[in-house]
Amino acid sequence: MTEKHVDSVTGVETTGHVWDGDLRELNKPLPRWWLYVLYATIIWSIGYWVVYPAWPVVNGDYTKGMFDYSQRGEVSKEVAAAKAAQSKYFELIAATPVGEITKNEELLPFVMAGGAAVFGDRCGPCHGKGGGGAVGYPNLNDDDWLWGGTPEAIQQTITHGIRSGDPEARDMAMPRFGLDGILKPAEIADTAQYVLSLSGHSTDAAAAERGKKTFADNCVACHGEEGKGNQDMGAPNLTDGIWLYGGKLADIEKTIETGRGGVMPYWTGRLDPVTIKMLAAYVHSLGGGQ
Amino acid sequence: MNMMNRTTEVAGQSVGGYAGRQKIYPKLAHGNFRKLKWAVMVATLGVYYLLPWLRWDRGPNLPNQAFLLDFANQRLFFGPIEIWAQELYYITGILILSALGLFLVTALAGRVWCGYACPQTVWTDLMIAVERIWQGDRNARIRLDNARWSFNKIWRKAGTHATWLLIGLATGGALVFYFRDAPTLAHELLTGDAPTVAYVFLGVFTVSTYLLGGIAREQVCIYMCPWPRIQGAMFDADSLLVSYRDWRGEPRGPHKKGQSWEGRGDCVDCTACVTVCPMGIDIRDGAQLECIQCALCIDACDEIMDRVGRPRGLIAYDTFKNLEAPTHDKRVPIRLIRPRTLVYTALIALVSGVMVFAWSNRGDMDVNILHDRNPMFVQLSDGSLRNGYVIKIMNKEHDTRRLHLELSGLDGAHLQIVGLSGERPTIEVVPDNLRALKVFVTVPAALRAKLSGSATPFRFAVVDPAEGETLYHDATFRGPANE
Repeated sequence: MTEKHVDSVTGVETTGHVWDGDLRELNKPLPRWWLYVLYATIIWSIGYWVVYPAWPVVNGDYTKGMFDYSQRGEVSKEVAAAKAAQSKYFELIAATPVGEITKNEELLPFVMAGGAAVFGDRCGPCHGKGGGGAVGYPNLNDDDWLWGGTPEAIQQTITHGIRSGDPEARDMAMPRFGLDGILKPAEIADTAQYVLSLSGHSTDAAAAERGKKTFADNCVACHGEEGKGNQDMGAPNLTDGIWLYGGKLADIEKTIETGRGGVMPYWTGRLDPVTIKMLAAYVHSLGGGQ
Repeated sequence: MNMMNRTTEVAGQSVGGYAGRQKIYPKLAHGNFRKLKWAVMVATLGVYYLLPWLRWDRGPNLPNQAFLLDFANQRLFFGPIEIWAQELYYITGILILSALGLFLVTALAGRVWCGYACPQTVWTDLMIAVERIWQGDRNARIRLDNARWSFNKIWRKAGTHATWLLIGLATGGALVFYFRDAPTLAHELLTGDAPTVAYVFLGVFTVSTYLLGGIAREQVCIYMCPWPRIQGAMFDADSLLVSYRDWRGEPRGPHKKGQSWEGRGDCVDCTACVTVCPMGIDIRDGAQLECIQCALCIDACDEIMDRVGRPRGLIAYDTFKNLEAPTHDKRVPIRLIRPRTLVYTALIALVSGVMVFAWSNRGDMDVNILHDRNPMFVQLSDGSLRNGYVIKIMNKEHDTRRLHLELSGLDGAHLQIVGLSGERPTIEVVPDNLRALKVFVTVPAALRAKLSGSATPFRFAVVDPAEGETLYHDATFRGPANE
């Protein structure tokens, strides 16, 4: 088929193939052992079929390999190992009063990391990843608490939620003074001016003075005579600089008119009690805990 | 014609698709380069095998092995130098320096690395020396290979391979000692208590030393190593390369004693240069990829030149400029200093300088400050503003450090560390460890007016009262933008 041909420039034999009439390739043969290494790797590859899962068989099944290895199985093992490593911390959390958890130097790093992970998954969608909150969703970093900022109170809130339907949920709500016809629009405007005056932001002293009476008749039951709120009822402190639904006149009028009653789900049954305890300690440690 | 026949036909050609191996029987050379290579072999193998046994006292809690790659604890120990995992860029620097050093040497004198110092060359040289002890020099080995199998052949071959395997075992053994306390591991290896990975690497390096150094030899350099291909681009006309001076040697031919040297070259075509070559090439064919420039052909040729009474240096380190000069009455001076070598030297100086600077400024305490991103700041009910930070303090000392954290430049602000109580709590950081602290800085409402907009720069001070040392770290206090 081919005849022996030697390249005149290099003196090297060519492969004998010719392209385009005169184009030839010098024969620079690969060492034969290299070919044998290729064969060896092919034989070696058969070993994988034997050792590892490889071939699909009937009924959606597959060959399992010698050691029944699977990546899903490996993950399960790693998860189990991680759970086992965590268990001593969870036992310690279960045995420690919720208020003492962050004082335990061994637990602190675990709670900060584990709490942040659970918080990001479960609480972040409403409260923000760092608990920064938004309008209607409380900021958990500050020192203003609707239902109490002690570790125990936070644990209670997380466990049973707020207006969540849980029998032990925190369940008071602000009435709809305007919508339900309890107060007239002018009274609402005056009351809002009075509420602003509690923190020194009133813009109409006369209106605020008129609103004082309405406030005393309708609001002090929950918010207290001085407007400092009541954590047993979830009534916010109206004298500070923190407003969950906005602190402008229009915001406050709207709040009085329509009432407020945000909902937080209960987590009992969805998170185990120890995780809830860890979460409570974490939220308490965000900076505003009482 | 079917495929089967075609394949057979092509394979049946004299050229074939694949080449069988030509076995090489390097003869022992005598001369200065051979002596130099022995010296390099003793030095490099001596360092490799013995270094793990060198001790270095670092106190009670740290390993006392001078040269230890302690991956389990993420530390590298080189005598007084201790490198942590996050400082691995020092290793990067050393690798860059090694590469640049290699480039420089290659530009100056060609494949010096390949010829003298590459582990493949050194171990192959050792394996050939072993072979020579068991089976004799070149001619004896050729005779033995051609002889029928006999008791004599069997014990000589068996002895050779057994010694190679023992050398492989020692090589693999020495390797694993770099990763774990050598005396402990040696004991564990003997009693069978060593970690599985130690046995695996011991086995891998035993087999690879035996295969690469004993069996594969020059095949590694010719077919596996990328370096010969790269080095071709690093020579230039001024690089000193092992070369045959054809202007002096040609026309070659046998020479009888007493014959005239007029009208002929100095090369007596004795092939001494070919028989000593561990790569099995003929240097007289000129520069070629296979040549590792071990200079053994220089030794071999010089010996012959002495014998026939001609000047040495028919094969020598020389430059292309000299080899290709139109006349050879006067040598072209060797230019060691030229742009290529200057650039390499400058780069080496630069990288060394950066490394020395980085090393001399390396503290034994690292502080990292991360400002909370969500939320950036928190308004408290009394109108004060609070920022959260995570402060990571790394203690690279071998004693526990007791530190204080203070604010600098944010007058009137309050500092609180989560989990630590007290006015000025002591932060204990245990040796060789990192401690992360959650820290709150609060600026009272009355002082908010003093803040410069949404971002006020200040500094954290980490104070070590015992050592009288204070480290300052820049930070930013964030607030609402509309103030």
